[in-house]
Amino acid sequence: MVALEQPREPIASTGASLDIDNVSHAFDLDGSLLRVLDSVSLKVEPGEFVALLGPSGCGKSTLLRLIAGLEPPRSGALRENGEPITGPHPSRVVVFQDPTLFPWRTVWNNVALGPEAQGSLKRQRERVDATIGLVGLTQFAKAYPHQLSGGMAQRVALARALVNDPAVMILDEPLGKLDSLTRLTMQSELVSLWRSKGFTAILVTHDVEEALFLSTRVVVFSERPARVKADFKVDLPYPRHRGDPRLAELRRESLALLGLAASW
Amino acid sequence: MSNHTAVSGVAIGTVDGPRIVSASDAILPRDEAAVPPRSLLVAAAFWVVAGAVTLFWPNIQEFARTSDLAVAQWILALLLVAGYGLYPRLGGVGRWFGVNAPRLAGLAALLSVWQIASAKIGLWPQPFIPPPQEVLNVFFIDYERLLSSVGSSLLLLFLGVAIGGIAGFVTGLATGWTQKVGYWTNPILRLIGPIPATALIPIALFLFPTSFSASIFLVALATWFPVAVLTWSGVASIDSSYYDVARTLGARDRFLLLKVAVPGSLPHVFVGLFMALGSAISVLVVAEMVGVKSGLGYYLDWAQGWAAYGHLFAGLLVMAVLFSSLTTLLFRTRDRLLVWQKGEVQW
Repeated sequence: MVALEQPREPIASTGASLDIDNVSHAFDLDGSLLRVLDSVSLKVEPGEFVALLGPSGCGKSTLLRLIAGLEPPRSGALRENGEPITGPHPSRVVVFQDPTLFPWRTVWNNVALGPEAQGSLKRQRERVDATIGLVGLTQFAKAYPHQLSGGMAQRVALARALVNDPAVMILDEPLGKLDSLTRLTMQSELVSLWRSKGFTAILVTHDVEEALFLSTRVVVFSERPARVKADFKVDLPYPRHRGDPRLAELRRESLALLGLAASW
Repeated sequence: MSNHTAVSGVAIGTVDGPRIVSASDAILPRDEAAVPPRSLLVAAAFWVVAGAVTLFWPNIQEFARTSDLAVAQWILALLLVAGYGLYPRLGGVGRWFGVNAPRLAGLAALLSVWQIASAKIGLWPQPFIPPPQEVLNVFFIDYERLLSSVGSSLLLLFLGVAIGGIAGFVTGLATGWTQKVGYWTNPILRLIGPIPATALIPIALFLFPTSFSASIFLVALATWFPVAVLTWSGVASIDSSYYDVARTLGARDRFLLLKVAVPGSLPHVFVGLFMALGSAISVLVVAEMVGVKSGLGYYLDWAQGWAAYGHLFAGLLVMAVLFSSLTTLLFRTRDRLLVWQKGEVQW
């Protein structure tokens, strides 16, 4: 509520650029090496909304973990605004498929997690309130996670990320486990949040329509080890309409890239 | 009171539609608040009969406080009748009696069986299994010694569980958190942990300067092991994605330990504490029986030595009430600390 009364922030101002430079990654599995990323290079402009599409298990989520700084890559380099990414930082926050709310914390305390961990909670209390209002959960501020529905829990996870005013939002199938109606609603909410805040968004999804409805650019990956197979812009203005014939056309092309042309 | 609740219930129903009425009916029938359960009267009848058996059936030998016990049983019967009459006004107390009336009736029946078998027909040999009035008598003639025994046992138990609990929590946390600590604590836990603390009583009694400090050590040891192991497993069971989330939000190690590992492991810690309380009580009572010259275990040992069988049963009864209350207290503490959990065992 409070946030809505504030003047709108200018679009595409707070986002950071990302530079993924020839990154390869692999895991040790019982002595053998499982290669998950194969010389992936990607430049993301500030404020872009990039969707990563690819077959299940191809290594998209691993790329997100590298961008978040949760793991270092085996080779190659990742940079945020030209600075090397050496570890996690609250300017790059992740929203996972599971809300992973801390069950022992109320909604308010879950959203306050970032400011508390950074030692700035005393100055940010109103910001926490405002962010909970932004996702429409003011009435549930004192509820515990087990009292929330799946959609509400994921809204809290979004608020927990947004309260840090991130330059990059890393979205790892954030709507993957929601029912289809909640999912459609939250897709629209995600677009309006991104448009008002101006952060750079990196979204992993299995849903081609979701990718096309939300993003300014789609990157298609190959089977594991993931390589960039295609990279195209979604040149449609926002707010988009799901029935737009241009979306249907792009969808057919993307499905063909994913090897599913036969179903069209 | 009851009329008021019933009326407001109807009002809510008419405003919000018929579904609300049927839903609330399913959970709590509207009548239940007003109509006292018949089982209260049945239980009262049981206690009247139990009192009559105690008083009018002649004892095979002289027993103290036979008539006092009968009066007490009739007073309980009167209370149950009063509870039936005043049911709507008693609120929570009345409901407690209503729910437990069948159990109270069963207790009256059990007491009568005990009464008849020991005092009336001598089926159970005297003086080994004295009748309930003899046990009741002990509370009148020996309450001072019983109270000081309770105090002594509680002091040892409290100090031992506090020291062992804190030590176990720290051990478990450190073992689960850093591999360096785990390298050393793991073999110690595996080797010393499974030894029953009772087996260490002889050594503890001569290694420690006083039997007081020896018992605190034994109780602490019995508490330490389960709390340490369960805290360790609690820390290990925390999903790594919680740490990932916290780290991306700017958390450092200190935050991860105190705000993720500690709260995340608490449910396991309480399981450890429940196990610990059981073995702590066990080792305490045995230590009091064999070495410490105070406490409830010593009281039981003393009573047996003097063939004071009434005292023995009275001591056991006190133990049952005391240790059950301690367990209840622990459950309540957990429920308060872990309100965020759901679907836990009710005590």
